Parts: sequence; C-alpha cells; structure tokens
Amino acid sequence: MSPIETAETAPEPASKIELPAHMGGGGEIPTFDVTLRVRRYDPEFSEDSTWEDFTMTMYGTDRVLDALHKVKWEQDGSLSFRRSCAHGVCGSDAMRINGRNRLACKTLLKDLDTSKPITVEPIKGLPVEKDLIVDMEPFFQSYREIMPFLINRGHEPSKERLQSAEERERFDDTTKCILCAACTSSCPVFWTDGQYFGPAAIVNAHRFIFDSRDDAGDMRLEILNDKEGVWRCRTTFNCTEACPRGIQVTQAIAEVKQAILARQV
Amino acid sequence: MQVHKYDVIIVGAGGAGMRAAIEAGQNARTAVLTKLYPTRSHTGAAQGGMCAALANVEEDNWEWHTFDTVKGGDYLVDQDAAEVMAKEAIDAVIDLEKMGLPFNRTPEGRIDQRRFGGHTRDHGKAPVRRSCYAADRTGHMILQTLYQNCVKHNVEFYNEYYVLDLLTVEEDATRADGTPYKQKRIAGVVSYDLATGELHVFQAKSVILATGGAGKVFKTTSNAHTLTGDGMGIAFRRGIPLEDMEFFQFHPTGLAGLGILLSEAARGEGAILRNSDGERFMERYAPTIKDLAPRDIVARSMANEVREGRGCGPNKDYVLLDLTHLEPAHIDAKLPDITEFARTYLGVEPYTEPVPVFPTAHYAMGGVPTNIGAEVLQDNDTIIPGLYAAGEVACVSVHGSNRLGTNSLLDINVFGKRAGVAAAQYAKTAEFVDLPENPEAATAALLDHVRTSDGGEKVAAIRKDLQDTMDANMQVFRTAESIDRVLADIATFEERYSRITVQDKGKRFNLDLLEAVELGFLLELAKVMTVAALHRQESRGGHFREDFPDRDDVNFMKHSMAYKDSGVTAESSQEHIAGIRLETKPVVVTRYEPMVRKY
Repeated sequence: MSPIETAETAPEPASKIELPAHMGGGGEIPTFDVTLRVRRYDPEFSEDSTWEDFTMTMYGTDRVLDALHKVKWEQDGSLSFRRSCAHGVCGSDAMRINGRNRLACKTLLKDLDTSKPITVEPIKGLPVEKDLIVDMEPFFQSYREIMPFLINRGHEPSKERLQSAEERERFDDTTKCILCAACTSSCPVFWTDGQYFGPAAIVNAHRFIFDSRDDAGDMRLEILNDKEGVWRCRTTFNCTEACPRGIQVTQAIAEVKQAILARQV
Repeated sequence: MQVHKYDVIIVGAGGAGMRAAIEAGQNARTAVLTKLYPTRSHTGAAQGGMCAALANVEEDNWEWHTFDTVKGGDYLVDQDAAEVMAKEAIDAVIDLEKMGLPFNRTPEGRIDQRRFGGHTRDHGKAPVRRSCYAADRTGHMILQTLYQNCVKHNVEFYNEYYVLDLLTVEEDATRADGTPYKQKRIAGVVSYDLATGELHVFQAKSVILATGGAGKVFKTTSNAHTLTGDGMGIAFRRGIPLEDMEFFQFHPTGLAGLGILLSEAARGEGAILRNSDGERFMERYAPTIKDLAPRDIVARSMANEVREGRGCGPNKDYVLLDLTHLEPAHIDAKLPDITEFARTYLGVEPYTEPVPVFPTAHYAMGGVPTNIGAEVLQDNDTIIPGLYAAGEVACVSVHGSNRLGTNSLLDINVFGKRAGVAAAQYAKTAEFVDLPENPEAATAALLDHVRTSDGGEKVAAIRKDLQDTMDANMQVFRTAESIDRVLADIATFEERYSRITVQDKGKRFNLDLLEAVELGFLLELAKVMTVAALHRQESRGGHFREDFPDRDDVNFMKHSMAYKDSGVTAESSQEHIAGIRLETKPVVVTRYEPMVRKY
C-alpha cells in the first residue's frame, strides 16, 4: 500500500478559491407523484394479507422511508414498520422494495421507476408480525450461535494488543455488518430451510475467524462445518447484492469454506 | 400485567446501557430493556472517534484533555467530573480493544489517533492527535463490540420494551443539619411491550437510565427518529430535576436540508469550510485552530456567513465542506462512510465537489443530574439510592455548555462502566423497595387517554409544528423575542395535544400509539429547554443570546436545575410559565479559573 498523506503532511488548502458558477447550487428540487403498493397484514383483525395502494407527492431527495412516513403520518397511522436512524447505519428498516431487499432509508424514490407502483413487502423467510415487521429472533439466534465475540486465551497485556494495519485490513469488510438481515432474508436456501445459519451469521463469524487477535477460529469453523453451515451456500450472490453496506458477503462465505478445507488438509 | 424481579434494570441498549450491562451482568441479576433491538441504538451513528491521551502518536496527557474539555464547555463543566473522564479515558479505550474493537492502527501496530475539534496540545497551542478511531464508523464498532460482549456474558435483553414510568417512593428523612426532607427511593420501572401491548412491571434494587437524547425536538437533526427524550421525560415527571437543558449542541456539518451527520473527522483529516466567495471563513473566526474550533463556534460562524449573504445554493442557505484538496485514497481510507452519505443522499462527489452542509441539532449537554459515581440526584446534592444515569440522558456534567467531539463516546464508556459497577454493588446489600399499590396505574391511564382521545388532531402535525418553531427560534442564535415565540407556540401545541386522535386501535406493534406518547415527552422537554434558555441572560457555549452576547460569570456561571412543580403559576414564575421551577447549582471548579475562550 502506498503511503497516504495525513493531515500533517498535506499542503495547507488555499484561503480562497474561485468556485465554479454552478457549484453549491442546483435548481429547485423536483416533485413527483408516487404510488406505494404495500403488503398489509395484521392478524389481530384478519388472517389474510392484502396489497394496499397509497399515492402521494414526494420530492427528489426523498427516500422510500419518507414515503412510508408520509403514509403513516398523513393517511393511515396503522401502517407499521421499524425504523430508527434513517441513514443506513442502524439496520432497522430492511424490506423488500420492488422485489429486492434494501434499506428503505437508503433507497431514493428517484432511483426507482415511479411511473409504476413501488411494491413494499416484509423481508422473506422470517415470520411476519404485522405489515412490514418480522420476528427477528431466529435471525439473532443464528448470530449468537457462531460466538460473535473475541476469544483470546493468551495473557492480558496491560496496554493494547498489537495488530498490524495489514492484519486489521484482513477482516475490515465484515466489520461493517449492521445486522439488518437483508442478506439472510434474500437467500433462497434460507427461505426453504430456516435452520441454515444464513449469510449474516457467517459474515460475523468471518469477522472473528480472520482477526489476528482471536484464538477461537477453529471452534467457529467447526460450527460452520455443520450440515446447516457454510456448505448450504449455493453461491447465488443474492446476499452480496442485498447488502446495504457493500460487504462482499459471498466472498466472505467462500473464504470461510476455504479455511475449513485448509484446516482439514 | 406481569411483574418481573431483577437486581439491576438497565433502560436503554446503546453504548452507555450495554457498557453498564457488561459490568452489572457479571455481578448481579441484570436485564436490559430497550425500545429497539440492541444494535439499533444511535451510538452506532457516531463516526469520528473517542479521545484518550494514549500518546501513541505524539506527546499528550490527561491533564491537557481535561483542560480542553473544561474550556470547550465554556467553564460550565464540573471539573472534578472532567478529570475523572480524561483519566479513565485511557483504560476505557484499552478495555474496548481487549473486548475486540477493531481500531485503526499505526505502522507499529498500536491504536492510531487523529485530530479532532477543540482537542489541543498543551492548553491550546495546536491541534493534537488524540482521537482513537475505526475509520469513520467508531460508534458502529463500539455498539457492535459492546453487544458482542453482552452476548458473551449472556446478558438478558427485553427487546422493544418501552419504559414509560419510573416507580419511586418517598420517605421522610432528616438532613445532617436537622432539616426534614422527602427522600426518594427507586422501586422499579413500568414498561410497555410493543409486540403485545401489555404492561410489564420490573421491580429492581437498582435502575440505570441510559436512554440517550432528545434531538427530535428539532426539525434538522442528526438524531434518530426514536430519540424522543423518554428517559429525561419519565424522570422529570417523577419530580427529578433536569440540569442545563438550555444547552443543545448543533453539529456544524449536517448534510444541507437533511441533517445527516458528516463527521468532524472530515475536518480532522484536513477538510475545510468555504462560503459562496470560496473563502475559508474560519480563518476569520478562529485564527489559530480555524476549522477545528469547537462545534458551537464553527456552527455559529456558518450561520453567520449565511445570515450575512455568503451562503451557497439557490436559497443561499448553506456553506460548503471542501475535501477536494485531499487525495481520494486518503478519503477512502479514513472517511469512507460519510463520503458515501454525500453521494447517496445529495448526489455530490466529494473527490471533486464541495459538499453542502449546515448545522444540525446533535446532542443534549443537559439531562438527568448525576454525581461522578453516576448516581442520580433529586436536588443539588441528595442522591436517590439505587438510581443511576449515564450517557446523553445524564448530566454529570462533563460537557458543560458545549461538548467536544468524541467526548460522548468517551462519556458512555466511562460513566456507563461506573454506573454498571455501582448498580451491581448497591444491589448486593440493598433490599427491594416495596412496589407502590397499582404500580402500573399512571401508565395505564396515560395510554388509555392517548388511545381513546378523539379530538381529531394529528400527532405528526403537532410534532412538525414543534420542530419547525424550535429550528426557527431556538437554534444557534436566540433572543428573548424568539424564545417567547416558542413558548407561545408550545402553549397552543399542548392544547392541541389534549385533542389528538390515534388511528391504530390495535394491541400489536402499535407504533402509532407510541409516537403519541413520545410527542408528550418532546413537548415537555422542549418547554424545559426553552424556559431555561429564557432565564439564562448570557451567551455561553451552545446557548447564544443575541440580546446578551457575552458570557456573564458573575450571574450565570452556574448550572440550571428545572423541576416539574404544579405549585408554580404563570404569575409566580419569573419567566411567566406555569409548572416549571428553576433553581441553580454551583459549578465545581478545581484547577481552572474561567478565561476568555479564544481559539
């Protein structure tokens, strides 16, 4: 890796620059009409799930989450979905938008085809509780089973453990996971076999298996060598496409498979 | 209604709550109640880092960190608390590393450190590299690491349980000087299970409040939708004071129009602010440390540039964050997430174009008063045995009138740990306090009222109007006139709130109902912030009064303490606001006498 300029070595920026005329200013933000077609379900009132359309005027910078809020806040307060941070870091609002798993807060309406209704459904493979809310417990159960915490059997140093920048880089990608379940609930194997650990649990195992400070990689590889482990993966790449954090999920699964094989040699 | 019994109940599963849970969970029967799932809390949105004087990359020590924290907070910081935090920062970082947190590393393999606003070498001489970080997702890594360690220690979680009441009892007691008073004691909490709509009472020897902030009183905010000040609200309603609520931090660099946070780490790594003339205007406002001045100063400077006509864009209502002189490889290595935010939400490419930014409501410096042991105070110095608070919900006060960047991630780790240790220790010897009769009655009545009220007012409409007036009148510039406008507005909102209608009448996952309850907290807290802001006729840190532009140490170098008090009428109140009693509390000064705050 080539040395990177730091704040100390970079040249001091100019006190004043000429800004191009367009800079820092677009025109008016455009507005457009959209229809959300939402999968509704509330077992308190009916065992059947139905589609319901909501039409509204939205702005060019709005996301699917803004549209869902507009429905809930202005049209139908009973529409139920989880959300918190609203900018793609908390992982609450994974849902199926036009048939693809995405975070509602990271999906801009203008990037979808708004000439047709935008379909919004709960993620698949987990029991639906109400509208877009699913039971996350099976998902977190798989996560807990891979022992998602650093296990170090050596002496506790009085200061920090050393780790080279290269060692740190080795598992950087899988530290980005926000446990939103977009990957696991996009996996056709998981849809048909809820016992499968699923991509998210494997990603989080990867994060520790390849951490130079961790001593329990063998135990995790053993867990994932199970019949419901990594070998169920059919490399369809749905998980990688679904990940809102851009994690190379399928590659991480492949690296875990290789680690199991290398260990058996 | 179900009743549960635990030694320690922790309310909130962000950084402070889970740091406490790791300590308490290993020493006492502990449960964490959270209105979300554990890894959803807003600690995960923190980006830039956590300061500690490790001196891994250049000379540094905890005393310099203490000084910066005190000066950054414009001398309203309790200096004993700041000293505790700066000293324990070093172990707090090492603890996290041992738990597995993947910090960025130096070429020697040690924890790397970078610059951050207001953190300086030798009492303000130059910026210092003090912030320990993991790219620009340090908060995410802290939240994940703490949850991982909760899993490791089998901490019990009740997910999507909203705590809506604190159960306290009052006993007659006598002070050392012989005067009688009412001593509060904690008995437990009442919570609402989102999945079923059932109430659950948790009896506990110790309760730790770790519910985070209340940024949703403002429209433009970096805060999550769920940051509605519930913990501050339930404490206030039970007669516990709120300290320094007039001090709210506006982070300089929110994405214009959206409020989404772009970390100060961008400026720590060399980015600068420019106005419509292309001028690096911070050279005029803070000649020594320029763009790395504390947040209150940078936010006001930006708002002033816009006010004086040097804003950018079609409405000239924002300024620009310029990273274009930085190497793309440097940006990718150190600031990957925030540059992605700019691309995703504004369609701006930070390699080649400056990013539109404007101050965004970010952090409540005030909150539930505690001492340095994280014990909650019922007045200036009487603790409530068994009740603790840590993190943004609390006011220790380590942030004074303006928090320095990275000191919140530090606060949650240092005082979260202290709260967890102390709560478990207390539970070892304490007895359970008997629950009051019908402990859930007040909560049931509140929910019944919200569910059955049918005046037709919409919760979302009232909330939007509240947020609009707070943005317009209580942001970085305030005057008596603007504050009075908010108070008049809140009076009308309270009347409308009494006539709301909630559409969802079901029991299961009724978030419509909870949003109405949350609005009740927001209205109450906005009023406390505003009354306290009216009372404070000076400018200090995050609170800037244009009609009183100077700091006034003679009359106002003291904390404000707001109490809910039905005995206060509009006529008897100096601010003409019924129901809130304002008192003051001295600031703890140890080493540093107040000086003029220049950077």
